[in-house]
Amino acid sequence: MTDTTTRFRRMKDLPSTHLLGTGTPMCAGCGGLEALHEIYDVLGEKTVFVNAAGCMTLLSVYPFTPFRGSWLYTAMASAPAGAQGIRDALDILREKKGLPPEEDLEVVVLTGDGAAYGMGLSATSGAMERDLDFIYICYDNEGYGNTGQQYSGATPHAARTATSKGAHGFAGYKKDLFSIWAAHRPAYVATVIGSEPLDLARKIETARSLKGPRMIISLAPCPTGWDYDPRDSVDIGKLAVKTGVWPLKEYRDGRVLHTKVPHERLPVEEYLKKQGRFAHLFEPERDETLLDELQAKVDVYWSSVELQGG
Amino acid sequence: MSRTLLTGNGAAAWGARLAHADYIPAFPITPQTEIIETLAQWIDTGQMDSRLVTLESEHSMITAAGGAAATGVRVFSATSSQGLLYAMEMLYTVAGWRTPFVLVNVSRGLSAPITLEADHNDVMAARDCGFLQLHCATCQEVLDNTLIAYRLAEDERVRLPVIVNLDGFYLSFTREPVIIPDPQETTAFVGPFNPASIHFRASAPESQAVAVLGGAPYSYFRYELHLAAQNALSVYDEIRAEFRETFGRDYPAVDAYHAEDAELVFVMLGSFATKARAAVDQLREAGWSIGLVQPHLLRPFPEPLLQQLLAGKRGVAVIDQNLSMGKGGVLHTELAAALYGHPDAPPVLASFIGGLGGRDITAEEFFEIARVLRDAVSAGRAPLPRLLYTRDELLEIRKLQAVAHVERKELGKTT
Repeated sequence: MTDTTTRFRRMKDLPSTHLLGTGTPMCAGCGGLEALHEIYDVLGEKTVFVNAAGCMTLLSVYPFTPFRGSWLYTAMASAPAGAQGIRDALDILREKKGLPPEEDLEVVVLTGDGAAYGMGLSATSGAMERDLDFIYICYDNEGYGNTGQQYSGATPHAARTATSKGAHGFAGYKKDLFSIWAAHRPAYVATVIGSEPLDLARKIETARSLKGPRMIISLAPCPTGWDYDPRDSVDIGKLAVKTGVWPLKEYRDGRVLHTKVPHERLPVEEYLKKQGRFAHLFEPERDETLLDELQAKVDVYWSSVELQGG
Repeated sequence: MSRTLLTGNGAAAWGARLAHADYIPAFPITPQTEIIETLAQWIDTGQMDSRLVTLESEHSMITAAGGAAATGVRVFSATSSQGLLYAMEMLYTVAGWRTPFVLVNVSRGLSAPITLEADHNDVMAARDCGFLQLHCATCQEVLDNTLIAYRLAEDERVRLPVIVNLDGFYLSFTREPVIIPDPQETTAFVGPFNPASIHFRASAPESQAVAVLGGAPYSYFRYELHLAAQNALSVYDEIRAEFRETFGRDYPAVDAYHAEDAELVFVMLGSFATKARAAVDQLREAGWSIGLVQPHLLRPFPEPLLQQLLAGKRGVAVIDQNLSMGKGGVLHTELAAALYGHPDAPPVLASFIGGLGGRDITAEEFFEIARVLRDAVSAGRAPLPRLLYTRDELLEIRKLQAVAHVERKELGKTT
């Protein structure tokens, strides 16, 4: 997509100074932290992050924080409700108590997939139905990562997790949170990934320019949960896009637009074989049935995209 | 100042209005709903300058309440029973945030079996969370205590959320004459919201409610919360004195009725204490030396005052409108802990459970409690805990069971 209105047209347009501090207790190679770095550089420090229980709860541990702006930890299920309280209070302070506009903050919910796809879905639905003016960032590492990668509503079919160690991995299918969110008709929904920083920056910039619920899901390659070498996080992220496993798209004004269509899609197994959580599909012998099924699901998705014209 | 007929729910709404609550996160639940309906109507018709938002659950409602208070506005909310329990995780959480706001709880029995009518198991479940608790016995108390609760919550020595408790149906839906104080006086009494050190501003970034690593910092902050709650005991007395001087009504942390010269004492919370009060009148007419001690403040627990009021009594009957399964009455247990080892502690501390799920406690039952207590004092040992239930009630439940059995048998024939 070439958008002439964006300030991010080339890689060199991306912010060169980074706002999020280093030395956090996140794992080496955390794809969620990679995305958060990039997102924070675009959002800036006039933000208050409202966090739900998950890996990133450990970003702010007393008395340290990597954020230059503000932070509130809530609980697993209700970060969007915390955002509601803060946004409403800031509005009240602006309207009734003379809080100057430059003191206002962008309210940003930050949760993992465990909260976003499951326990926090009701609170998120409520926030969207109330047209809350906020940004929601879900770092999706496809499992309950902070507790050791048990399967969640975001876990893909066949992935081995701490609670799906059988020969065929996870029996369920990844929930389509993008569509669930889009069905609420919020101002904006987008998928991003840290390994595609330009696409990510444009989407965060778009989100910033809008009012209302702006919902972002970032696929978050997870070396500890997905079982791969931390240095491969960017490569695996790029493969998620090139194989078509993680479609980069946005929803706006009732329409879904794919922002980076992989026209020559690589075989899905190029993505799978890099990760220990899918090793049982290749060793001791190839599980052709499952591999075919996984490839077919991705193919069917992109055929429907082509049919709908993008 | 005007005098009018108000329900307990109406009185709670007036409390929030007179305190100028800026923000009201809400969720409907019987028997509390009238409070938020009243507030919503006032806001819609321009009689109250506030913002009411209906969340999708009480868990979210308390999260939003804490989030707004942490940003720096005055917050009011209300719930009941299942709602209070659904919010329980966040009650502990927002108390830990040290966010001062007022939550009215309209007490109602807990499921299962599901019911609508009053008892105190809901609010007792919130006993340890860090919210302070004021228990009301009349509709006037509900209004006045909502105002007092804001002062208590926002005091710099306290900085904790406060629950104002009233009984479902018996107060929530009962109209009583209530004095609505002069708004100028209440505005001056409550004062403007003081955010103290908590706020979110672009120029003053703040991390609130961050994680801690290890037991030592965790314990530090939990001890701080406990000590702040204990501070509330003396702070309450200051606020109460100011309230009495301004409005002429007095709410001691523990109310005593004919207790000073009494040998025997009932101890009760909430609206049913007014029934105990009537029983005391009748018993005194019949020559009994009996009184009533009624804690108004449950958290912080007013131990010194209770020790003082019960010192030298021959027998005390604690009537709990709650039941800790496998233990008994919560207030009885707490009172026993407060009195143990005190040289003047009453030798007999008897436990009675009654009024669960709105079940009445009749005058005759208070008389029976008094007789049991007197006999125990004569015998020199506490009686076994009693679960109040009459022969007629048992007969009625047996009838219902008989119908259930017959119906099940009939159903069995047709399938």
